[in-house]
Amino acid sequence: MGKVAIIGVGQSEFVRAYPGSVRELAFEGFKDAMRDARLTTQDIGASVVCSAPEYDKQRSPAGVFAEYLGLNPQPTFYVESLCSSSSMGLRLAYSLVKSGLHDVVAVIGFQKMSEISSADSQERMGRGADIQWESPFGTMMPAYYAMYARAHMAAYGTSLEDLALIRVKAATYGQLNDRAVYRKPVTLENFSNPTDRMAGPVASPLRVGDCCANADGSSCVIVASEEKAKVFCKKPVWILGLGAATTSVNLAGRSVFTGLTAAREAARQAYRMAGLGPRDIDVAEVHDCFTIAEMMAYEDLGFAKAGEGRDLIRAKATYKEGAIPVNVDGGLLSKGHPIGATGGSQIRTIVLQLREEAGAIQVKSPEIGLVHNIGGVGLYGNVSILGR
Amino acid sequence: MAEKKEVDERFKKFGTVSFTSLTKTNDFVDHLEKGKISGTRCTDCGMFFFPPRADCFKCLASHMEWFEVAGSGELVSFSKLEYGPAGFQGDVPYCIALLDYGKFKIFGRIGKDVPETDLTVGMRMKTVANRLPNGQLNYVFVKS
Repeated sequence: MGKVAIIGVGQSEFVRAYPGSVRELAFEGFKDAMRDARLTTQDIGASVVCSAPEYDKQRSPAGVFAEYLGLNPQPTFYVESLCSSSSMGLRLAYSLVKSGLHDVVAVIGFQKMSEISSADSQERMGRGADIQWESPFGTMMPAYYAMYARAHMAAYGTSLEDLALIRVKAATYGQLNDRAVYRKPVTLENFSNPTDRMAGPVASPLRVGDCCANADGSSCVIVASEEKAKVFCKKPVWILGLGAATTSVNLAGRSVFTGLTAAREAARQAYRMAGLGPRDIDVAEVHDCFTIAEMMAYEDLGFAKAGEGRDLIRAKATYKEGAIPVNVDGGLLSKGHPIGATGGSQIRTIVLQLREEAGAIQVKSPEIGLVHNIGGVGLYGNVSILGR
Repeated sequence: MAEKKEVDERFKKFGTVSFTSLTKTNDFVDHLEKGKISGTRCTDCGMFFFPPRADCFKCLASHMEWFEVAGSGELVSFSKLEYGPAGFQGDVPYCIALLDYGKFKIFGRIGKDVPETDLTVGMRMKTVANRLPNGQLNYVFVKS
């Protein structure tokens, strides 16, 4: 059985409130990827649609998109693993191609978080975890990650400033990304000024500047067999390793609070499948829904030893010129986080990097890239390793 | 005449807002009403479960007995929320937290009377039943 490639990538601009319907939003990412791959809709054998359904008014969006995107009568599949849905979509597309069922599969991620009212959104937020045993206490996503931040600080002495440095890096590159929702600079002074918005409390110890913003957006990744990739594409990017894992949704069922075990397990699988290790990675996209999430990713992926993630950011080792550039597209912190579209956007950045088409954020001659995409508070972990 | 079946919705009383009304672990709420925090233990393999559950994934059996949570646990982590989801706005600010009892852990809230500044990771706390201003029941962690 041959290799599996990514032959096209695309994404919409990520915005606060998309002025159109979900099918129109999906079209933007799809069009971008189809133009990138120079394909027609007849070339697509199947589509995989990824989102977090609690924000969707449209029931069964996959079928609706198939018609709107010109993908009838091909089959379509809907995949959901919260914020890592489109990485899980990549995993499904890989299996569909590797099995020989389809030659070319489009993975379409989308989320129109503004589809529902802010009151409805507030209600959804309260049900983001174990609704039987956690949600009755009034839980929210930032507070869970805040508990990891607190545990990381207690165990290793990680400071609020270390976390702020991650936001400063994100903003450095977010300013260069014309598809990012947040494009303003952020400095440590923003965090040290108590009247500054960035320093405002959310869930201690995390502050406004430690959190990514909601956004509307879509992404698309086109996956193909080796045979088709060689016909369609001058610069295929190969899927070298895929890892996926889960853990207990309720924090009471977990044993580690300084990192995400699902991310560690997914990384172990992906490295093993690729026959590579952390030192082989030239550029990475990690799931920085909160600054602490990026800090833990450094350690969970083996870029730093446990507790030493802060040394990477202090030394600017994860900047574009550093030893292991991470999120040089601005990350979720700058781009915004349209749940179902996020993984596809991360994959797009790594593919553009490996094709050396990343423009102002291009890392020097990368051979191997990695995508770390997390669903929920480490409930789902996906790690994908790509190479040129 | 057939008797009308009553729906056992006791679990509706759990938490500021309950999102679950039907569960086989409804007795938890009765125990809470009596001031007791309880988990379940599989009578086949002896495994302790908190939160309580009706089924053991290890034995693929549903032979559970209740045990009362006693003693104190170690504070693993906590966070003070400045914003709450729908239905919790009246409660903010409040702290959510996790206690480690060794054989199991408990996720819950810190008692209203314990200020965040008194909390440190690793301190001992105990879990007590609590009645909320809206008449609902939950449990909170207090200094042991």
